[in-house]
Amino acid sequence: MPKRTDLRKILIIGSGPIVIGQACEFDYSGTQACKALREEGYTIVLVNSNPATIMTDPEMADRTYIEPLTWQVVAKVIEKERPQALLPTLGGQTGLNLAMDLARHGVLEQYRVELLGANAEVIAKAEDREQFKAAMLKIGIPVPRSGVARSLSEALAIRDEIGLPCVLRPSFTLGGTGGGIAYNRDEFADLIGRGLELSPVGEVLIEESVIGWKEFELEVMRDQADNVVIVCSIENLDPMGIHTGDSITVAPAQTLTDKDYQRMRDAAIAIIREIGVATGGSNIQFAVNPANGAMVAIEMNPRVSRSSALASKATGFPIAKIAAKLAVGYRLDELKNDITRETPACFEPTIDYVVTKVPRFNFEKFPDADPTLTTQMKSVGETMAIGRTFKESLQKALRGLETGHFGLGCDAKDLWGTPAQPDLTEIINKLTTPNAERIWYIRYAIKAGLSIDDIHQRTHIDPWFLHNIREIVEKEEELRACPGLWAASPELIRSAKQCGFSDRQLAHIWNVAETEVRRVRKALGIEPVYKLVDTCAAEFEAFTPYYYSTYEGPVACVGPTASPRDGGAAGRPAGRETFPGPYSMLEDETRPASGKDRIMILGGGPNRIGQGIEFDYCCCQAAFVLKEAGYETIMVNSNPETVSTDYDTSDHLFFEPLTAEDVLNICDRMKPKGLIVQFGGQTPLNLAKALEAAGAPIIGTSVDSIDIAEDRERFQALVHKLGLKQPANGTALDVHQAVRIARQIGYPVLVRPSYVLGGRGMEIVYDESALVRYMERAIDLSPGKPVLIDKFLESAQEVDVDCLADGRRTLIGGVMQHIEEAGIHSGDSACVVPPHSLAAEVVEEIKRQTRALAAELRVQGLMNVQFAITRDGTVYVLEVNPRASRTVPFVSKATGLPLARYAALVMTGRTLDELGLFQEPAPRHYSVKESVFPFNKFPGVDIILGPEMRSTGEVMGIDDTVAMAFAKSQLAANSPLPLSGNIYISVNDRDKRDVVPIARSLAALGYHLLSTRGTAQALRQAGITVEEVKKIQEGRPNLIDYMKNGQVALVINTPSGKGARTDEGKIRAAAVQHRVTCITTLAAAQAAVEACRALRERELSVTALQERFRGLPQ
Amino acid sequence: MPPPLAKLALEDGTVYTGRAFGATGETFGEVVFNTSMTGYQEVLTDPSYRGQIVTMTYPLIGNYGVNHEDVESRRPQVQGFIVRELSRVPSNFRAEGRLADYLAEHGIIGLEGIDTRALVRRLRVRGAMTGVLSTEDLDDLSLVHKARTAPGIVGRDLVREVVPERPFEWREGFVSPFASGVLPARPLRHHVVALDFGMKWNILRCLVQVGCRVTVLPGTATAREVLAREPDGIFLSNGPGDPAPLTYAHDTIRQLVGQKPIFGICLGHQLLGLALGAETFKLKFGHRGANQPVLHYRTQRVEITTQNHGFAVRLDNLPSDLVPTHINLNDHTLEGMRHRRWPVFSVQYHPEASAGPHDSSYLFEEFRAMME
Repeated sequence: MPKRTDLRKILIIGSGPIVIGQACEFDYSGTQACKALREEGYTIVLVNSNPATIMTDPEMADRTYIEPLTWQVVAKVIEKERPQALLPTLGGQTGLNLAMDLARHGVLEQYRVELLGANAEVIAKAEDREQFKAAMLKIGIPVPRSGVARSLSEALAIRDEIGLPCVLRPSFTLGGTGGGIAYNRDEFADLIGRGLELSPVGEVLIEESVIGWKEFELEVMRDQADNVVIVCSIENLDPMGIHTGDSITVAPAQTLTDKDYQRMRDAAIAIIREIGVATGGSNIQFAVNPANGAMVAIEMNPRVSRSSALASKATGFPIAKIAAKLAVGYRLDELKNDITRETPACFEPTIDYVVTKVPRFNFEKFPDADPTLTTQMKSVGETMAIGRTFKESLQKALRGLETGHFGLGCDAKDLWGTPAQPDLTEIINKLTTPNAERIWYIRYAIKAGLSIDDIHQRTHIDPWFLHNIREIVEKEEELRACPGLWAASPELIRSAKQCGFSDRQLAHIWNVAETEVRRVRKALGIEPVYKLVDTCAAEFEAFTPYYYSTYEGPVACVGPTASPRDGGAAGRPAGRETFPGPYSMLEDETRPASGKDRIMILGGGPNRIGQGIEFDYCCCQAAFVLKEAGYETIMVNSNPETVSTDYDTSDHLFFEPLTAEDVLNICDRMKPKGLIVQFGGQTPLNLAKALEAAGAPIIGTSVDSIDIAEDRERFQALVHKLGLKQPANGTALDVHQAVRIARQIGYPVLVRPSYVLGGRGMEIVYDESALVRYMERAIDLSPGKPVLIDKFLESAQEVDVDCLADGRRTLIGGVMQHIEEAGIHSGDSACVVPPHSLAAEVVEEIKRQTRALAAELRVQGLMNVQFAITRDGTVYVLEVNPRASRTVPFVSKATGLPLARYAALVMTGRTLDELGLFQEPAPRHYSVKESVFPFNKFPGVDIILGPEMRSTGEVMGIDDTVAMAFAKSQLAANSPLPLSGNIYISVNDRDKRDVVPIARSLAALGYHLLSTRGTAQALRQAGITVEEVKKIQEGRPNLIDYMKNGQVALVINTPSGKGARTDEGKIRAAAVQHRVTCITTLAAAQAAVEACRALRERELSVTALQERFRGLPQ
Repeated sequence: MPPPLAKLALEDGTVYTGRAFGATGETFGEVVFNTSMTGYQEVLTDPSYRGQIVTMTYPLIGNYGVNHEDVESRRPQVQGFIVRELSRVPSNFRAEGRLADYLAEHGIIGLEGIDTRALVRRLRVRGAMTGVLSTEDLDDLSLVHKARTAPGIVGRDLVREVVPERPFEWREGFVSPFASGVLPARPLRHHVVALDFGMKWNILRCLVQVGCRVTVLPGTATAREVLAREPDGIFLSNGPGDPAPLTYAHDTIRQLVGQKPIFGICLGHQLLGLALGAETFKLKFGHRGANQPVLHYRTQRVEITTQNHGFAVRLDNLPSDLVPTHINLNDHTLEGMRHRRWPVFSVQYHPEASAGPHDSSYLFEEFRAMME
């Protein structure tokens, strides 16, 4: 059946900000869907609140709405655009839930919008635990025993029937939020309370525990003719009990016989049919009892999921793209497999390599969070690696994590053989309780002599994986037994590389420089070969250049034969050329040079707090524009969630870890003319020196300029030379020194250890006693490491600038005024473009300084500068990053100027003049960026903002006024501002005076104010009416009771800095739990007042980006 | 001590050096590849692989060991077995032994550690080739010479090597609990005579499952011998090699058409075609795997199928008595046909799966229905 012609306009809903459990994979799927459907001639309307996405680029859809993802706002978009259909299955759980809300509130019916792929009944049947269970029983597929509770008493009855331990899963939450395993009655009580609260429908599934069973996932596709195919099987190395997003997972399944696998396949097909997903992809999870093979179905996602993205990258089968085409009526057999071109998409990919995905965690940012891995997802990103063996792919994935590990041990992070070597007790603890480091502790356990069986008993990890890990350790022992690099045989080195060992690990083992290992290895001819990801294990010729590296043995040719190089060029007669005599060769599938210059772009690796989708946006933009400009683009990245690792984003995709070794190997093979390190965040920047030293042709701003910006002393010299100001600072090695410096520059000071990045361990210290405490702790933790001390500019206004320079001229892309004051990490604070309350001369001065810095650093490409402006109007330079910053996509969408694209062209030598860039963008509207935090995943963690970045994502609000733009951004960040009701205000002593005008405005707007004693007193003295409520220890009903009863619409609470365990900490945590918007700075509170006023004055309206930028050059 | 070196040499002059597992010695055969990611034991024991050295495209083989249930005949049938990495320690609750030991026990040479993808790409471009696998002769030139002079597969009767010595009865349906969802068991109401050209046991299990007691006769049996058993239906099995030289089978089948309902699979399908005037030809490198999409014309649905064949029935000059019913969506070769007048049908692929998907098990039900 061909595509439907009754549809013309289709609405696609994105997944909103990056949060734990919902990351860039939905940008990938949504972008694919937009492209696929536009290709078919449909008009695409897109709604997403996340400006960092590629899908919200104005050229991806016909009508792009960067608006809050609530059903009311989407209803406005529907009212305005009148799409005939809505595709709900590509925007993650957010998209699905929104579609359900729109259906429930009659919006879809009112405007006759059809749900494509899965209708509301189907979604409910898959997502509602009870309905799902009933459906499974109907088709005879076992599920764990379970019951659904809507109240505590129901829950207790179910618990008594099922017994402990049991698993709790709140309905309709994302990434297992609020779920967990209860081993005892106390844990059960905790989890059930939280679960009922967090489930949007107040419902929790209590399930028989199958902890320790093997966990599998199948990615299933179905078309409207009822053709069903399995795209990929995934086996979790970590067994049931650990969320699949937090598990190390492997594709394809490794330990299933064909009989086991086919039974699972049959079940998956029966499930997708019974649930009734009409078209598209679904993800179905199974648990298998390792003792007897008993299998149960765990759950089904009737949509494209994180695992679908992984499966797409693991097999080369573009699930989202195909799902979009199936949704508009195509059959699987009517669609071509892009990779082979000849064969249809209706088949099951077969792969000839092993894919390993390893999650990346950020627990160090949340020291109060429980780092135990459970059924609720806690990881913030993931990396994927491809190898010809599990051992190779695991070690590649571990170095792709970018956590300082270069494989399984044998690197600077290896504790074995160091004074910090873990003892047996610690090893056993780390094995027994699932945690982010467990994989390394498995190695320690093997080295400590624990048997595989023992490790299996403690971890329930399948012995097959453990034996493979032991083989890595055995190879390590063999390498250690060799006295040095000089003594290593080529066979030994090759076998180590085939086992996935990096040059860095070999260098560590043999105590030589990594460059030396590389030199010797290459001299011995031990170089990687690149193989294709082709969906078909080489059965058909592949046309998409999607590669991974591996080490293979040579093929000897002793008679006339066609060279394996022309393996792709089928049909060439064999043996035509004269035979040059016996030779041996490594087979490599990369394409010979086409004559076009090649530019290589290094991606950002796994998502982590501080480095995420924003950088992928930049990398993709660079790939798109350089392709247009006639270059052949090469993308290197290891993050399977991204658009950059889509095989049609660049001309050559290398799915490889971002280490110097892996990048240089690709350079050796592909000989790029230029290498771009500016777009992938800190990851490629950290490699820049090593790459340049090895002769890689880095283009754009020089590595030396990058170094000037990053080196404290060189940067200081630069600032002095330009006559700019920097906050006074110094470096201290001990308490005495620190005290002296602080006295000199004056309190408060910003202190941080010098050896960490991303604001780790950074604190603002207001007095000497606090400084002494900090220093004692710092010295205790890492003796001999210096502590950096900066003057903290209190109440200063922070400003970010993104600019583009060609070495001659600088164009300011955008000046962003922060809402929060200095002291809050720039990645965590809200900001406004253009500046809404800065004096024109201050903005001019900021621009002047930015230009001066760009000129002095001879920036060729992008640069970001952070400034602080004190109340007297003095401008201080805080930081310069000569690379694409986190805010580039936001600024581009706020101004309509695609900065990253121009930057890529500038790096290839084009000038701003040539690009016609003379005018700085002057948007006619305001854009507010707001940050989104993972606090709901880490119960008990205090939500206050500080110098350490903790947000995972961002949203954008655009409107004609700042107030309305801010209101939209808060709504989009899921912290909506109330139109009426009770507002609780409680501030620290420093803020008691400044909160008065805010409270007065709120009272005047008609809100009812609540306060605890101290703040209430201050407000009453100012003549403001306020109701006093009890603090937690003052008896009941206290504030938390009010929140539980839904009697608090907004909390304004500024921290006194005493931590999570105090009353105020508990209040903030309770606000998160009960989903009450909580504002923790007065600056944000002030903005909120204006936003509340705006919301009460006029109704929120929606505008497409294409409308806002009509007439602007794109 | 590391395992001994072993080499594979192809007639095109390429030599692949790896390590031996299983048996040692020297063997030759047509080198082919199978793209199934699971089911290596079913592949090993499939008699259709007689005369062939099989390379698995999935690089890790042996992961779940071997057991006595997942077999398609009495013993492994391949001439040699090539994998990228052999799993040394199996893990599965049904595992009864290690793959290497299993092959050693049955005298089959295994080769691991070569670039199997390079080999597969070569086979794809050049077509299936004769190869020599040896642990004894490690001289490249000598091995290539042997590969060039070894007999090829075209025109050879490999069936005689795998037919049963005498007739036997088969009464066993699915034993493994894992297959039970596919074809619900029915009481034995029909009698089927199966002509065994190298039959996979799962075909027999499927036939029993749908309610047939089966008498298995060697593929060399005559039409008279078949009819003497008074069957309700006749089954033509899969088997190894080229269908063209098996003229005795063509004759038998020609005499049987119109007498009783007939169902053929794989070689049985090709033989049926040859018996009724169709032609067969050798595919460049064959279809071997469990992911081949086949369109069923009647239902317009796509079945994902298991396949294992190097020869195929020509579609372009199919006799008018034969109607195409199934087509391969990858290369548009004929996958199934039926007789215009008689209850006779056949498929090129393997509806009994094992290894592979169960999408096509309905064909056994259709065969049963023909006998009712």
